Amino acid sequence: MNAPTLSGPVNRRDFLKLTGLAGGGFALAFYIRSGPAAAAADGVAGSFEPNAFIRISPTGAVTIVSKQPEMGQGVKTSLPMIIAEQLEVPWKEIKIEQGDFDQKKYGGQSAGGSNSTPSNYDNFHLLGATARTMLVTAAAQTWGVSPSECRAENAEVHHTSGKTLKYGQLVARASALPVPAKEQVTLKEPKDFKLLGQRISQVDSRAIATGGPLFGIDMKLPGMVYAVYEKCPAFGGKVVSANLDHIKRLPGVKDAFIIEGRGSVKELVPGVAIIADSTWAAFSARRQLKVIWDEGKVAEESWDTFVAQARADAGKAGATQLRKDGDADTALKSATKTVEAEYLYPFISHANLEPQNTTAHWKDGVMELWTPAQIPGRAAEIVTRLLGIPAEKIVMHLTRAGGGFGRRISADYLVETAAIAQKVNAPVKLTWSREDDLRHDHYRPGGLHFLKGGVDAQGKPVAWKNHFFTFGEGGSPGSGGSLHRDELPARCIPNFQSEQTMISTGWPMGPWRAPGSCVFGWVFNSFVDEMAHAAGHDPFQFHLDMLGNEKMLPAEGRGGREYNLERLRNVMKFTAEKAGVGKKKFAKGQGAGIGYYFSHRGYFAQVAEVTVSKEGMLKVDRVVCGCDIGAQVVNLSGAENQVEGSVIDGLGTLMTQELNIERGRVVQSNFHDYPLIRITDAPTKIETHFLKTNYPTTGLGEPALPPLAGAVCNAIFAATGKRVRQMPLSRVDLSWA
Amino acid sequence: MKYTLNVNGASHVVDVASDTPILWVLRDHLDLVGTKFGCGVGQCGACTIHLNGVPSRSCMTPVSTVGRMRITTIEGLAANAEKLHPVQQAWCELDVAQCGYCQAGQIMTAAALLKDNPRPNDEDIDGAMAGNLCRCATYMRIRSGIKRAAELAGGAKEATQ
Repeated sequence: MNAPTLSGPVNRRDFLKLTGLAGGGFALAFYIRSGPAAAAADGVAGSFEPNAFIRISPTGAVTIVSKQPEMGQGVKTSLPMIIAEQLEVPWKEIKIEQGDFDQKKYGGQSAGGSNSTPSNYDNFHLLGATARTMLVTAAAQTWGVSPSECRAENAEVHHTSGKTLKYGQLVARASALPVPAKEQVTLKEPKDFKLLGQRISQVDSRAIATGGPLFGIDMKLPGMVYAVYEKCPAFGGKVVSANLDHIKRLPGVKDAFIIEGRGSVKELVPGVAIIADSTWAAFSARRQLKVIWDEGKVAEESWDTFVAQARADAGKAGATQLRKDGDADTALKSATKTVEAEYLYPFISHANLEPQNTTAHWKDGVMELWTPAQIPGRAAEIVTRLLGIPAEKIVMHLTRAGGGFGRRISADYLVETAAIAQKVNAPVKLTWSREDDLRHDHYRPGGLHFLKGGVDAQGKPVAWKNHFFTFGEGGSPGSGGSLHRDELPARCIPNFQSEQTMISTGWPMGPWRAPGSCVFGWVFNSFVDEMAHAAGHDPFQFHLDMLGNEKMLPAEGRGGREYNLERLRNVMKFTAEKAGVGKKKFAKGQGAGIGYYFSHRGYFAQVAEVTVSKEGMLKVDRVVCGCDIGAQVVNLSGAENQVEGSVIDGLGTLMTQELNIERGRVVQSNFHDYPLIRITDAPTKIETHFLKTNYPTTGLGEPALPPLAGAVCNAIFAATGKRVRQMPLSRVDLSWA
Repeated sequence: MKYTLNVNGASHVVDVASDTPILWVLRDHLDLVGTKFGCGVGQCGACTIHLNGVPSRSCMTPVSTVGRMRITTIEGLAANAEKLHPVQQAWCELDVAQCGYCQAGQIMTAAALLKDNPRPNDEDIDGAMAGNLCRCATYMRIRSGIKRAAELAGGAKEATQ
């Protein structure tokens, strides 16, 4: 495979105006306003940054370039749909190409934080509409009529007289036109959308279903060799020596060498590379590799010790006071009912099904890479900084990624490959084993919350106190390990205190789908539910009442988040209505619960209905999801798929996922001892409902996950009277009599 | 060692170590990369192929044990490029995949299920598909996809009667 699926768009140099391509194609590029950097570049306030996404050939063939990395979140389909809608070209007639990494040409190419949709939505409408405007102008000029007498539809321009011209026939004239200013472009109204909001199968569906080469791991180049890379099982360990001479004599092995570590524990980790003529030869040789490691100090750190330390210090004041409203201690003393609990969740792994990999070719001072990276810009920066290769000498092709979930925001696997490639006189593909993947992930940090809550005689929540123990590396909490002072239910309970204590480790941590939110939602929804039951109130009403009547809670402090509580309450009511909350009677062992959360710009609520057998077996019968991502669902098929996937991912995390770290290394090794959720545990039914609101359209990779665990655990309590305060459920006895 | 393999109806000679799993013979030596590496220990099902029509884990099947058995991979599941297998058709129609990495394995397992049981219910589906992990958790659509494939296959049979 010579990267046939990974071919880049037409190489353009002139971003300032339309240019005729070789063969007479029509490429559109224009400026998109993009903050101070863009303004500084051309010195004109309100100028646009160049982008090149649309290509129409004289034959009428339409190509749209997708710039974002695709990892299953569906952007390779949904973002081009926006352009197609405004361009007035039938979806089935468009070819979608994956763009190479080129941020000068395309603007930002980071996929993460559910940002791809909100950060491109408006610009992509404008891209399509500008091209359409120019095609209409070209037709009007051809006919000598006013553009106002023409309209575009179905890849043609129609005049009121009945004359039509196909887009392909307009390519030459349109190529000579100046790019109109934003003000001269009319966007289609949402009421006229034909494509947006439809269910569209993703553009790679057929290639996926027929096994076409799409993924990073599928790369093959002429003369390519295969690499494996052994790292110290304990984080931060270094190579002392290895039996390289023996390894080099093994069948199929071409070379073996040690690579010194550079950068942080999440960048170029030291290790031993084996280069062979096939993946299996490399894997086989690795089984005979003997390395003497200097494990370093991290090998003294174990999860159990840290948990014991947190429990011993739970009653002390936290290292950082995040927030203090009123006087929680006094309010707890005078409260009519109080509850107190410890919530615990472990470190977990991303476990992308496609193990980390990259293919690299180091030739004539150029590092060419084929990689499933989520943030290629960060990867390039690391290669420059650690390997001394200038940015302009790095060529990066973006492959489809077999799952992201935040893991491929890191670029350790990529810089390893680049470092190996510098020592190999051929293209080289590095393939991690599953064991590498689980044991050298950048993990979601675990945590412990020591909570106290109080309600007054009327059953209103009056006090909340949390001492949160988080885990940090390099002096600050791992990704998703910082509890913000604004985090709900802050400002909903008058006497509120939250404190944070960080346990320092040498364990690598990184963003895991909905960082922080993925567990804070569970703790918050569950403990408020505990307070509701202590108050003897209907839980749903208690949750809703706690959120008060204010519309907005402004962001406070650094990195604060603004909450639109009206949207949150509305999506809760909407979801409860869809689920029939309060209308169903459940037998013992069955029950319903609600979870709700705001993250990644989306307001979400979920009602779970569960059955727990007397023996403690959980079955999730139904999950009803209410989703407010603003005014427009782009691709309904992809959107529903993201919500269903997030629900089941949230459930899998709750049910089974747990990594133990002992003596600075991960105990688990593969899917037999790190089980992922299987189809047998998927809910019987998931219902997804979008609540359309007049807010900007936002993303869906993450915000549907955080409410799930709270909803299920609150349902388990309703069914059994057992409160789940620990993840995963495999450690919790749910049996009842 | 040289082995003559019957892959997707064609004969191929490969020269590989006798313990090489069929997975790596397919991917590295025959350039059939649709069959995926996920775990290497038979836990995830991404590497599922058919051996004489039976779904098998290619990551755990050494080339030396295969002999002349018929190997079918995702690339050879459809009889020809114009007409996809009903499971593939259903997968495209219902947009089952997210990242898509596991789906070749899911489709191979589902195709074998439908051959044995043309009208599976949810329990049959869950039972047959329990060995195939989907990290994106597209399980709801896998269930729907198999039911749709059963309809498509039934429809095709009726049409030819």
